[in-house]
Parts: sequence; structure tokens; C-alpha cells
Amino acid sequence: MNVLEVCIEGIGLWAPGWPDWPSARAGLRGEAQANAAVVTPSPHLLAAAERRRAPLPVLLACDVAAQACAASTHAADTLASVFASTHGDLVITDYMCSTLATAPRELSPIRFHNSVHNAPAGYWTIAAHCHAASTSISGWYASFAVALLEAAVQALADNRPILLAAYDTPSAGPIVDVSPAACAFGVAMLISPAGDRRPTLGLGLHEGRADEGLMMGLPAAFNELAAANPMAAQSLPLLAALAAARPASLKIAAGAHSALAIEVRA
Amino acid sequence: MPETIDPVYITAYTATSALGRGVGDHLAALREERSGLRNNDFTHVPLTCAIGRVDGLEQRALPDAFAAYECRNNRLAWLGIEADGFLDQARAAIDRCGADRVALLVATSTSSIGGTEEGYTRLDGERFPADLLRSAVHTPHSLGLFLEQLLGTRGPCLTTATACSSSAKIFAQAERMIRLGIIDAAILAGVDSLCGSVLFGFNALELVAAEACRPFDIRRRGISIGEAAGFALIERQGAAGKPRLIGWGESSDAHHMSTPHPQGLGAQLALEGALARAGLGAEAVDYINLHGTATPKNDEVEAGVVARVFSARTRASSSKGWTGHTLGAAGILESTVCLLAMEHGLIPGTLNCAEPDPVCGPQIALRNESADVRIALTNSFGFGGSNCTLAFARGVPA
Repeated sequence: MNVLEVCIEGIGLWAPGWPDWPSARAGLRGEAQANAAVVTPSPHLLAAAERRRAPLPVLLACDVAAQACAASTHAADTLASVFASTHGDLVITDYMCSTLATAPRELSPIRFHNSVHNAPAGYWTIAAHCHAASTSISGWYASFAVALLEAAVQALADNRPILLAAYDTPSAGPIVDVSPAACAFGVAMLISPAGDRRPTLGLGLHEGRADEGLMMGLPAAFNELAAANPMAAQSLPLLAALAAARPASLKIAAGAHSALAIEVRA
Repeated sequence: MPETIDPVYITAYTATSALGRGVGDHLAALREERSGLRNNDFTHVPLTCAIGRVDGLEQRALPDAFAAYECRNNRLAWLGIEADGFLDQARAAIDRCGADRVALLVATSTSSIGGTEEGYTRLDGERFPADLLRSAVHTPHSLGLFLEQLLGTRGPCLTTATACSSSAKIFAQAERMIRLGIIDAAILAGVDSLCGSVLFGFNALELVAAEACRPFDIRRRGISIGEAAGFALIERQGAAGKPRLIGWGESSDAHHMSTPHPQGLGAQLALEGALARAGLGAEAVDYINLHGTATPKNDEVEAGVVARVFSARTRASSSKGWTGHTLGAAGILESTVCLLAMEHGLIPGTLNCAEPDPVCGPQIALRNESADVRIALTNSFGFGGSNCTLAFARGVPA
């Protein structure tokens, strides 16, 4: 595949102990420890009532998306967006399926409309007053790679900035055996066509495998995050390269038979 | 406004729904104004409603090689992809272009959730039964995993899941990837199947009609849920006679999770985007296949936009009375209706609409009409305020 050249204008991140990208970047460099007081994302963009009611994937995606916008020069209400999750909202899936098995007529209408894969995108566009296009995707354990590729395609095809938000939240009930996730992790990136700004990414999809040992050398706290959350496992290799602020080449899983080659230019 | 785009060609397409398997069955049912809806015989707990059910899925297991993906939604994909010789045409395109130059862009609202629901009805203690401890059916990307294994594509493979706009948005995605030169062809698949989540979920929202849905009728009371599998092969180049995707528009309502913007702002933005990319004015549009779900609010808002933007010359209708609302598959199924309308000069009416809501303009076709259809649009709107309009042009005889 021909290489797509984009730049990153802003990054957002939330994980237990790491409330934002600056703290996680310091942690990835081995310069900071996790903050045990950080247990729930709390996006200020959402009204207080919404923050209390909204499902965790909505809080998480809105928090990291708002961080990435704030770190860039772009207003949230103008940005087209790509949202991605490996599993979607498994707490709602567990609720829906257990209710359907026992008392289907008692299904909650609110939880049903919150069950769609694009619920975080829907809440984000409402909160940000954004009428631009938004999509929501999954590529299973290749979700981060295909979402990054889709964001780059959209940025270059229409020569505009694109907001990428990728997240997963804890699994629940019997689904834990087939779709495991033990903690929340979200990352957002403001992706634009490459210009003079840094860092830039060169992206190319190739048949073949991801690099082995992508997490080697990272602080133990981040290896634990990668073991506990599929989106952390998929995105932390790139985030570590960005935190190091040095040129890097890596290949991350983009499907059963393909890998996304990423050239990082700091 | 976006710039115009170069058209891309639709070199093969097919659909399977309650109307039957393949475009021939769909064309016949449209011509005969024969609905595929029936009384709900799907749910174990009674629910009074009409459904658009595809027959034969219960008897048609996936081949052994694909047992890991076994579930109703993937069975429907398997039934649908073999119709009209689509699987052979897709494989020929992969041979012609190279597997790494072909994207597999799939769309679904609920994917294989039916398999997950089944697991909860047959729990072994607190765990799924052994035959459902298969990760590949408990993921939104199950359809993509199955079809990638079946087809052997090596280009981008991802699932778009934006509720009822999903399978319209993959046409736009394919056009962008072809324009950037990262692929030469895309295989599009939109598949959604009946499951408890959507039947009882829409019921909980009081959006399901007790009788067969009546789009745009003054007495409409909600949707009928259907299932469908639609496929399209999109290529940079195609023979002169092949239809083309000439425009698309996407937008967000930014209003409410499950209720459309009251003035149809998102719908209007999607429509304007599609017309701008096609380089056309509204007067060029011959036919619009509307989202037309038959919920009171959707039809009111959508009819308002059509009445504001188009002259009486443009014909518009909803085909939900034939197929039901096939949710994530609706965009590609209704694109098929547009392609049939252009190829056969047939404007489908709005089945089950006896007395149109006064908000409807003169554009709404109640009964089938014959017309020269060169340009057709289709609207798809989903939960979360996700909107997409596609614009198609008829093939030009060589």
C-alpha cells in the first residue's frame, strides 16, 4: 500500500492512574508514577447530569476526545470523527442479554439506545454541538490500527483534521470468558495531513505479522494496562514511541493477516 | 461545500431479504407490490408486530471450515453472498487486482449479538455453553472476520457500526480509499439479522408498530424490523453500462440519541454533501429512496426536507413496507432498490401508505410508477444522529 503521511496535532489519554496524556507520557518515559486517585474519567464537556447517567464508554471517549481537541488548535464543534472499540459496551451487552433471557419486555429503552456501537460518538457530537460526519468502527483486536488508518484516509481524502478516539471498558458477566477486559483505557488523536508540524506518522498496510515484543522495555504499569485492556495493548506501542519523541518504526496488528507499518518522525 | 468527486463503478451487487434471494426476487416483489412482511414468528416470548424474515437460515449451517463463525448473522451473509454469482465476481476482482488491493468494508448494527443472546439462554452455571465459547461470534467485527476468511482479501478490513446508517457509510469509505489510491476495489457487505435485542429494544422505545409498517401514512405507528444481507463490488474502473456512485454526504444531528433533529438539519446536511460531491442540483434527482421507517417523527422530518428541497418532478418513496427496516443493512439494501429503479425504469411506490401525512409533498410516490431514472439518491439515518445520503447514476450503454 502507498504510504499515508499524517501529523498528530493533539493527544488525549485516560487510564486508571493516568488522567491525561502529559501524565501518561511522563509515565511511559519512566519519569512518573500512576496516581491512585484517578479512578473514573470525568469529561467536563458533558453536563453534570449527563456525567452521572452516561455509560462508562461515553465518559471515557468524551474525556480523551476533549483532551485531544484542547491540545490542538481545532474547535470540537468543527471536527469529523472516527470512534473505535474492540468490544463496544460489554456492561450493556451483559445487561441486554441477561434481561432478554429472563424478562425481555422489561428491557430499558435508554439502555437499548445506549447499546449501539456509536453511542459514544452520538453523545460526543451532541455535547460538542458538532454536525460534522462521525463514524464508529471495530476491527476486533486490530481496531486501533484500522481506526488510525481510517482517520488518516479521511484526513487526506478531504484535506481536513480528523478526531480519532479509541477505547475499551471492562467486560462483565459470562462475556468475560470470550471478550476479556479488566479496566478502562482510552486514547484520542487529532490527525491532520502532514505539513510542517511534528510528530508525523507514515502509515502503510502490509500482509504479514505485527512486530514481536512491542511492549518490551515499557514500565511495568503499562504492561499491566496492556494485559488488562485490549485498546491499551493495541495502542501503547505507538504511544510509547511518541512519548520517547524519537524516530521509530513499528508494525502493529491490522487484521489476521496484515500489519500496519508506522514510521514515527518526532 | 465539498468538491466534486470522480465516480466509482458498482460492478456487481446483490441483496437477500424477506423479499427473497438475489435481485430477481427483489425486482419481482417490487413490481408486484408484494410485501415480504409477516406476523412475528421469531421471538419465543410473544411480541405483536410484523417482521421481515429470511427463510431457510435455520437449516443452512456454515460449512465446517467456518464453524468458528457459526451464528444467524453469518449464515445470512453466507446465503446472501452466493446470490447472483456475487462471490465468484468478488473473487475474480481479488484475482484481477491482487488481494492486498481489495478492501473488505462491512457494516452491521448488531452483528452476531444473536449468538451472545443465545449463550445467556443456555448458561452452564455462570458460563456460556461450550459450543458458544467462541470469541469470534461475540464481537462487533464477527461479520468481517468471517468474510475475510471466506474471501481471502488482504486490504483494509473493518466493521462500520453506526446503527441504521452503517451500510450506507461504507460506500463513502470505499470511494475515499479508491480516490487516495490505497485500493483498486472494495467489497462492501451490510448484514443485520433478527435478534431479541432489536425487537424488544425498539419495542421498549415504543417504536414498533403492531401491524406492518405504514411509511408516511397519517396513521403510521412505527417500524417493522427486518433482516437482510446486501453486497456490492466497487471499482475504480468499470464497463460503460455499470452504475456509478457519484456522491455521498455524511453528517451528525448533534441533537438526541434516538430522535431525529426536529428540522432535519442533519438530513439536510447529508443531502447537500451528496449533491455537492456529485456536482448536481436537486433538480437533477429523479428518484429518492427515503429512510422512511414509519416512525411518526422520522417520516415527518424527512418528508419536510424532501418537500423543501425538491420539485414535484423528483419522485420519492420508502421501501420499508416491502422489507421492513433492516437496520444496519438498510443502506446497502436500499441502494440495491435504487440500482434496480435505474436499470428497470421503476419507481417503487410506498407500500402500505394509504393516506399520506399532510406534511408530505407531491414527491412521495404511493403506487409504482414507470419513469426514466438516471440519478437516484438513498437516505439512511441512525441512532446517535448519524446520517448518510448516497447518490447514484445509471450506467450509460456502451
